[in-house]
Amino acid sequence: MRKPNYYKLRLIKDRVMFLLVYLSLALALIPLFSILYEVVQRGIPAINLDFFIKPTPTVGEKGGGVANAIQGTLITIGLASVIGIPVGLMSGIFLSEYSEHKLSTIIRFFNDVLSGVPSIIIGVFAYALIVRSIGFSVIAAAFALSIIMIPIVTRTVEEALKLIPMNIREAAIALGVPRWKTVVAIVLRGARKAVVTGILLSIARIAGESAPVLVTMGFWRWWFAGLDRPAANLALNIFIFAMSPFENWIVLAWGSALILILLVLGINIAVRIFIRGRY
Amino acid sequence: MAPKLEVEDLNAWFGTKQVLKNINIKIEENAVTAIIGPSGCGKTTFLRCLNRMHEINPDARVSGKVLFNGLNIYGNGVDPVMIRKKIGMVFQKPNPFPMMSIYDNVVAGLKLNGVRDKKSLDAVVRRSLELVNLWDEVKDDLNKSGASLSGGQQQRLCIARALAVEPEVLLMDEPCSALDPISTAKIEVLIRKLAKTYTIVIVTHNMQQAARVSDYTAFFYLGELIEYGPTKQIFENPKHELTEKYITGKFG
Ligand SMILES: Nc1ncnc2c1ncn2[C@@H]1O[C@H](COP(=O)(O)OP(=O)(O)OP(=O)(O)O)[C@@H](O)[C@H]1O
Ligand SMILES: [Mg+2]
Repeated sequence: MRKPNYYKLRLIKDRVMFLLVYLSLALALIPLFSILYEVVQRGIPAINLDFFIKPTPTVGEKGGGVANAIQGTLITIGLASVIGIPVGLMSGIFLSEYSEHKLSTIIRFFNDVLSGVPSIIIGVFAYALIVRSIGFSVIAAAFALSIIMIPIVTRTVEEALKLIPMNIREAAIALGVPRWKTVVAIVLRGARKAVVTGILLSIARIAGESAPVLVTMGFWRWWFAGLDRPAANLALNIFIFAMSPFENWIVLAWGSALILILLVLGINIAVRIFIRGRY
Repeated sequence: MAPKLEVEDLNAWFGTKQVLKNINIKIEENAVTAIIGPSGCGKTTFLRCLNRMHEINPDARVSGKVLFNGLNIYGNGVDPVMIRKKIGMVFQKPNPFPMMSIYDNVVAGLKLNGVRDKKSLDAVVRRSLELVNLWDEVKDDLNKSGASLSGGQQQRLCIARALAVEPEVLLMDEPCSALDPISTAKIEVLIRKLAKTYTIVIVTHNMQQAARVSDYTAFFYLGELIEYGPTKQIFENPKHELTEKYITGKFG
């Protein structure tokens, strides 16, 4: 007699929970889509050929573009990645595969601390260390960004590698494969999707950083002129342009925002296509 | 005939806990030796001491000797990596490499040790898979993921992978415990076939299996080797009371 009642009650509970989950999903997606909508809507008017081939216009000049900022951003992110990815990868591997080593406790501690440090402070640190000796430069900015990158890469690599079961490692070791080869060819290979995703997230993160870039490189209106000189930067463009009183700079700020989002999206999609289709 | 493996005064620890006590045993060449005993008595640990896998665990420790073809594998300057190439291992749960094709799984040990020649790799794949009676089932799917096979097929793939590096000894830790009866029967037939050219040590919880496949049986209890001898004698005429009790299912 009572069973059908319980079943109905359960059914209702199930529906209610279902509804709640969808509601919160919608709630989470609303800001995301409104940002995307706003950026696309306001950014599109800024997009034309000049936007992609011309550098920052001088004050009062009509038109102009962000080509120099795209160039500078790619170079700066590239250099930061060249430093940050190997270091993060190595420490992630170390934490996951050699966790019994005494050093790993220390590395994990500093890594946790580092990931909690506000990025502006990392910028100031890079300023003290590099800007004061060689000046505002791509090197200084890339250094700051790589330090922001390292804990993110380390953490995600460690987590990704730990998902590979111990018995997979043992299978390789039992075949007479040296430990480091096991780590590289079996563990890292098995976890490569998660590892690549982690690296992408860290790149996306530093692509949008403006505070540490401001402190280490400053604003630069011209083309890239060397690693020991500043370079233009998309995130910083948004910050500087948006606060300026000049109409065409504000339009360029929206355009830069759109490009930045597309850049991050593009990197994501490109790598996803690249790693897809392999089991 | 000299024994393939000769274990002398072997002790093993996890931290301060001693799990193997003074084991002495001679394992015959081209024969199947079954290791039986209640759960936790040290069977897996013993097996892992035979190819230096025990020391993978950071708080593991070993003392004593294991002579392999007369050479002490724990001797000074002996490279554990070389030992593991000669003394292969199959695990309880099938563990094909993820993100790798069937083909690559079989030759993983060779490829990772620098063998590149496509022709000889092809030959190894075919020979190893034929040896484990898997070739006919997978020959058209060599590029599929190893994980796409059934449990029994995966376990045979893992055996093929171990055989591909041409070991002399094969250690098997409850290789059938995750498998259905038909897959189990296939692997048992395979073990008998392999015993003609390989020395096999197999841990099993299944008394019938030990009786079916092994030539010699060793009974372990609480980290000690209680009794060891030809399987027929151990099962029909055990000398030790504990052995008899265990075999007849009176404890455990
Ligand atoms: N990684 C480990 N760390 C600490 N102690 C361990 C570890 N592995 C096993 N032991 C202990 O060592 C003893 C022997 O374990 P072992 O795995 O060799 O037993 P076993 O005979 O293979 O058991 P089973 O039949 O359940 O597989 C057990 O008491 C176990 O608790
Ligand atoms: Mg065991």
